[in-house]
Amino acid sequence: MKDEKTHVFDKQGNVRRVVHVLTVLCVLLLGADFFFHRHVSHPWEGLWGFYAVFGFVACVVLVLLAKEMRKLVMRDEDYYDRADD
Amino acid sequence: MTELPPFVPFYAAALLVAATRGRLRQAILLATPALGALLLLGAQEGVHWQLSFMDFELVPYRVDRLSLLFGYLFHIAAFIGVVFSLHLRGTGQHVAGLAYVGSALGAVFAGDLVTLFVFWELLAITSVFFIWARRSSRSEGAGIRYLVIQVLSGVLLLAGAVMHQRATGSLAFTYIGLDNLASTLIFVAFGIKAGFPLLHNWITEAYPEATPTGTVFLCMITTKVAIYALARGFPGTELLVCIGAVMTCFPIFYAVIENDLRRVLAYSTINQLGFMVCGIGLGTALALDGAVAHAFNHVLFKGLLFMAMGAVSHMTGRINGSDLGGLYKSMPITAGFCIVGAASISAFPLFSGFVSKSMVMVAALDQGHTGVWLMLLFASAGVFHHAGIKIPFFAFFSHDAGIRTTEPPLNMLVAMALAAFLCVFIGAYPWLLYEALPFPLDYKPFDGTHVLAQLQLLFFSAAAFTWLKLSGVYPPELRSTNLDAEWIYRKPAPRAIRSVGARIQAFDAAVRAGTLRRWSGVVGALSRHHGPQGILARTWPTGSMVLWVAVLLGASLVLYYL
Repeated sequence: MKDEKTHVFDKQGNVRRVVHVLTVLCVLLLGADFFFHRHVSHPWEGLWGFYAVFGFVACVVLVLLAKEMRKLVMRDEDYYDRADD
Repeated sequence: MTELPPFVPFYAAALLVAATRGRLRQAILLATPALGALLLLGAQEGVHWQLSFMDFELVPYRVDRLSLLFGYLFHIAAFIGVVFSLHLRGTGQHVAGLAYVGSALGAVFAGDLVTLFVFWELLAITSVFFIWARRSSRSEGAGIRYLVIQVLSGVLLLAGAVMHQRATGSLAFTYIGLDNLASTLIFVAFGIKAGFPLLHNWITEAYPEATPTGTVFLCMITTKVAIYALARGFPGTELLVCIGAVMTCFPIFYAVIENDLRRVLAYSTINQLGFMVCGIGLGTALALDGAVAHAFNHVLFKGLLFMAMGAVSHMTGRINGSDLGGLYKSMPITAGFCIVGAASISAFPLFSGFVSKSMVMVAALDQGHTGVWLMLLFASAGVFHHAGIKIPFFAFFSHDAGIRTTEPPLNMLVAMALAAFLCVFIGAYPWLLYEALPFPLDYKPFDGTHVLAQLQLLFFSAAAFTWLKLSGVYPPELRSTNLDAEWIYRKPAPRAIRSVGARIQAFDAAVRAGTLRRWSGVVGALSRHHGPQGILARTWPTGSMVLWVAVLLGASLVLYYL
């Protein structure tokens, strides 16, 4: 693949740049909670950083639980194709 | 002319497509949804066709705001689907596509339950060819199971309809409400097609097994007909709120660990249907509008995602996350469309999912369903995680799997461009869609609170993915099968049937052998006694007879004296 041109994410620096941009955006969005007054329909919505924390925790919990679930439900790829016993 | 039911042109075109080839066929395929949509634009609300059949009042063509919206939707879906599959040389899938959409149109414009049943079954029969067209042993089995489940749904619908007619004296398809056995049967029939939990496995089995083009049709039509039917028959049914909330949550766990990217999308379909079912259950004008609008948007963005994955599998022959990666280098345009679909399903502001999903969430909060709201919120974060990030990431980015290919055929790109444009257009300018919704609506999607909340939720979900991926916690894509409810009818049920069958066979064999043994015993005894050498077949001399008579007389004399 020597003669192939390098693409955007072949450079580690660019990947790092994406992560940095994401981090900055997250910080900015969290910071907006200081200045922005939201009109809420549920008291929890008004808590500082509620949606941010919820989103982060929800995804981590989702992935960790799903990983555990693999132990229970994961079988070989040809599980259903194999004849029984 | 405007009184022509919308399914008629589609069925007629399906026949024409079967008889034609080449450019002419392509022209018919493209013209049908376009002309059908023009026809529908002139349709007036009301009952247009009524007939009596064996004492039943049938209404095969009725138009109102709800059916009209789904009618437009299916015409758009048909056009996108037709463009996406225009390169196919075979006839079968083209015919199936038009007949399938025609059946869906028949179902949404049906004014009575019997007409609904007829089109309900036609939907099943026409669509199974998308699965069988793969011509593998796997797809053959999946197709049969799909057909059995779909036909079962129709049978339940017919049974419920007949009982409903007995109870109420009417077959009209209006509000039914969940209150007796008849309505429960209809409810379950709708539920099977809508992918209720434990009844959902036809979705996760059929979608990944169908052809790349067939899945696009499948994912846009059947479940939306079911959503339409639920919205008409069971709005405000409390049970639907719980069912919907469960539907949003459980599939996302499977989606995280699933390797087949089309099956990931199938699970995410159930998750999105959950939002719609929940909205129908909440039953307020806002919630119902939200459910219907989300069904509309879902057709477009899920269609787009399935098209992107279909294009990948068409060009590379692979669809597992573990085999793909780095495709952005050779399919950048497809990758771009996939990201638009991913942003739409994740409900990014200015993409279509945002303007409809938030309506259901707001409605849940307004009615004080805090638990349900939290589940929906969890599911929103989850859907971004598996459909928004996982699908584009593992297919187009991730580690480079070394695949070098090109963009898919032009017709595929055009179809994706069309869907992507609609996703962005509705997301940025939702008022056209809002005006077509069944209930008048005063909803402001882009207020600061909603936008900020949604952006925080999404960006921190993305941060969680990035963190888990960089720290190596994120589960790798593995070649595997994950057991779901279909395990029951694919493993223990056949095993149980086989073992019961074996037992019945053994019992039957034992009974036969025993009977034969006994019969030959009887025959043996008879031949011993009555056979040529048998004791009863002997000729007895008269003397012995006289002797026995003398013995009997003697005995009676003795008894007499006693």
